[in-house]
Amino acid sequence: MTRFHVQLAALAAVVGLVLAPFALSPFSITLMNYIGIYSLVAIGLALLTGVGGIVSFGQAAFVGVAAYATAWVSALNGYSPWLGLVFGVALTCGVAAILGVVTLRLQGHFLSLSTVAWGLAIGFLFGNVEGLGRFNGISSIPPISFGSFALVSSSQIYFLIWGIVAAVLFLGYNLLDSRLGRAMRALRGGNTLVESLGINAFRIKLVTFVIAAALASLSGWLYAHMSRFISPGPFDAGMGIEYLMMSMVGGAGSLLGGVVGAAVVTLLKNSVQDYLPLIAKGASGQLEIVAFSALFILFLQWARQGIVPFVARYLPKVRRERPQPAPPLPRRAQPAPGELLLKVEGAERRFGGLVAVNNVSFEVRAGEILAVIGPNGAGKSTMFNCLTGALRVNKGEIVFAGRPITRDAQSRIAKAGIARTFQHVKLRPRMSLLENVMLGTYARTGTGLFAGAFRLNQHEEASTRHEALMQLERVGLGDKPFELAGNLPLGNQRILEIARALAADPTLLVLDEPAAGLRRQEKLRLAELLQALRADNLTILIVEHDMEFVMSLVDRIVVLDFGSKLCEGAPAAIRSDERVQEAYLGGVA
Amino acid sequence: MTSDIAAILAIDGIATGAVYALVAIGTVLIFTVTRVIFIPFGDIAAFTALTLAALDAKRFPGTGALVVILACLATLIEIISLMRNGELRLLPRALLFYLVLPFAVVGAAWLTMRMDPPLAVRLVLALMLITPIAPLLDRIVFRPIADGTVLLLLTVSVALHFALVGLGLLFFGPEGVRTEPLTSFSTEFAGVLISGQTMLIVIAALVFSGFLYLFFDFTLVGKSLRATAVNRTGSRLMGIRPARAGTIAYLLGSLMAGVSGILIAPVNTVFYDSGFLIGLKAFVGAIVGGMTSYPGAAIGAVGVGILESFASFESSALKDVIVFSLLIPVLIWRSLASLHSEEEIEE
Repeated sequence: MTRFHVQLAALAAVVGLVLAPFALSPFSITLMNYIGIYSLVAIGLALLTGVGGIVSFGQAAFVGVAAYATAWVSALNGYSPWLGLVFGVALTCGVAAILGVVTLRLQGHFLSLSTVAWGLAIGFLFGNVEGLGRFNGISSIPPISFGSFALVSSSQIYFLIWGIVAAVLFLGYNLLDSRLGRAMRALRGGNTLVESLGINAFRIKLVTFVIAAALASLSGWLYAHMSRFISPGPFDAGMGIEYLMMSMVGGAGSLLGGVVGAAVVTLLKNSVQDYLPLIAKGASGQLEIVAFSALFILFLQWARQGIVPFVARYLPKVRRERPQPAPPLPRRAQPAPGELLLKVEGAERRFGGLVAVNNVSFEVRAGEILAVIGPNGAGKSTMFNCLTGALRVNKGEIVFAGRPITRDAQSRIAKAGIARTFQHVKLRPRMSLLENVMLGTYARTGTGLFAGAFRLNQHEEASTRHEALMQLERVGLGDKPFELAGNLPLGNQRILEIARALAADPTLLVLDEPAAGLRRQEKLRLAELLQALRADNLTILIVEHDMEFVMSLVDRIVVLDFGSKLCEGAPAAIRSDERVQEAYLGGVA
Repeated sequence: MTSDIAAILAIDGIATGAVYALVAIGTVLIFTVTRVIFIPFGDIAAFTALTLAALDAKRFPGTGALVVILACLATLIEIISLMRNGELRLLPRALLFYLVLPFAVVGAAWLTMRMDPPLAVRLVLALMLITPIAPLLDRIVFRPIADGTVLLLLTVSVALHFALVGLGLLFFGPEGVRTEPLTSFSTEFAGVLISGQTMLIVIAALVFSGFLYLFFDFTLVGKSLRATAVNRTGSRLMGIRPARAGTIAYLLGSLMAGVSGILIAPVNTVFYDSGFLIGLKAFVGAIVGGMTSYPGAAIGAVGVGILESFASFESSALKDVIVFSLLIPVLIWRSLASLHSEEEIEE
């Protein structure tokens, strides 16, 4: 299957949607309209929950904010529904931005619980505010009109709804395939990974959150002007979980899954309403929600992946072409060999009473490979975390390329030119090798939200692709750029992380125990690669446990023991140093 | 607001808060042992009140049918899972726990009811009928995904709550109930009238918190529950069965939710869907305690009760808005206070 086939399928779907109203009964068209309206919320959730990993139970509240906003503007104050659209979207995004700023720093389930909280609070608000009709709701909402042509019947508003859904899908897929979209897809890898790539994780989360809310607000606007009447019911907590269900059934993480999920859930609900009375007379209303929740629970137990990813496994893979040569991305000015690059001065880090790093000082000069070694518990990892900004030192100073970075956030340190790898490999297993490496270029590129969604910056994208391919080739992984990163053996995953770090065009590469868990052959390959990088004048700092690996490779070694610097020098001198032998072997008899 | 009114509101709030506290402690208990945020505890509390009301009215409560259905389902699932694992020799034991015991409870309740028992016996019956529900739900719903992420379990738990609300309407009908007060005793303290019911609620909350403290710190079963909470795999290696620990936790938790339901029924009218708000407010309290501390959860829940009481005096329409909005600052405080390692989300 090529890209052309995909476009053909999309075209067929669009033609089918355009022709559908001429073939379907009015009831089916109404059903389709609901599916379209719910799809928008589910697509937003696919981005937020599936891609970004932020489970929100509160999207129904955003739908409600926009629906009430447009109803207030058009039905209660007599202005145009278009003004309602502007006001509704702006208000919803504003509310979402405020909630996002307040809550998005929360971790894991705390964040999801907060969505329950504000979802409920906003939901209760609709039914209790005097000006919004309390539980009676707002009626006689005008239809949307283009000039004098009003979208009154369901087959008229159908085209508007599905036009918006199609546009949202198109823009959404573009966005996911752009610089910002890749950053969103990296969010699930955890903050440390995202920040180490020079990405401000909080900002990306906030953008994703507001996009999802904006989609919900579009849905609310359409809902209000389609049903022409609103009450608090459709925006309560129950509906919030139904939206979540739609996106999960369709396949969290897949935008198309949002549409499929909305369709499946809506149709299922409809048929449950049709058939339940046959099984249990008079109790269908109650049984409906029971049957529905039970189905959802079964789904979560047995088919968490969702429909679209399940089907996609049986479709032929889309064949993609190797990136073509493109103008290179701008490069950083590299320091002259021998120049002082990094200076750690009296670094100290305490955890309660334990001093993990105690008054450690060393320097790294441009063009050399320096290793920080030491036995278990020597403070290597803590020192590493302080260098990369994952931890702050309690005392001392770290200066990089003439600029103090002691108090900088991880993403700022990454932007300044320090690229890192992880001891426990942090890759995005469901992204291709190429995309993983493209993540590394984030700080060197500048495509924003709109440029990405509308594909306005294809030159930069082509350069990014080419740069990523070149880095893959540089480390020797250039033969299968579209393989998924999760399919690589550990040794190659480590090397892929190095390629990702190189794509950031760093002046200093810091490697956290790169040899840990590798087989002998893999270690040799890694050492060869690092030597080749040094030949390219790259400065490398290795924190390592494996003496043998380090000895033959590096220029200088700093030995830590119990948090303090034991000694520093060339490998041969370190090897014969009695203090080092004592630290590693527990004393010479 | 005069100091008299403030005092009345405070006492009212403490009583409501004590009810939430019982549910909150149950929520913390389940969370620490199974990592499930069991939203439906509020429903269990409401169902207990409805069960007691049915018993008072000399009707056999719908709880019986619910337990029978759940027991059959759980047995079926247990048999299938035993067959899959080739462990059919464990079948008699499974039948005993998942089929015979729940049926015996329902049968005993049914027989006792015909003898027109006094209030004390009816209370025991209501608690007996309600306690099997949560452990059975655990077997049916949560056991198959016990190793899932907290978020997955939370999503399932929210869905389960909606299923229970539907079942509640089916088995108990739409009418609200208010049961007879358990005591007519009342006393005056510093010029404010305190009803015996209020005192009973507070005493029950204190007794149960104390009981749990003793249970966890001084019994082997309690310690094994704590061990399961800290590390499932590790405790399994030590010979603790997480599934069993979970069942015990659910039994204890539903007992506490049941007691809170009995206590609240004479004070507030309880409907089939009242449980959601009880559960969520208890849950707000539990979060104040960081989902791990029992005294913290109890204090938090009482705080929520007092807040709700004062909020409803200021604006009865917006009291729920106020209570849930307040959860957000609490969550932020908790999230900052708890240093936890980064959990990578399941792919």
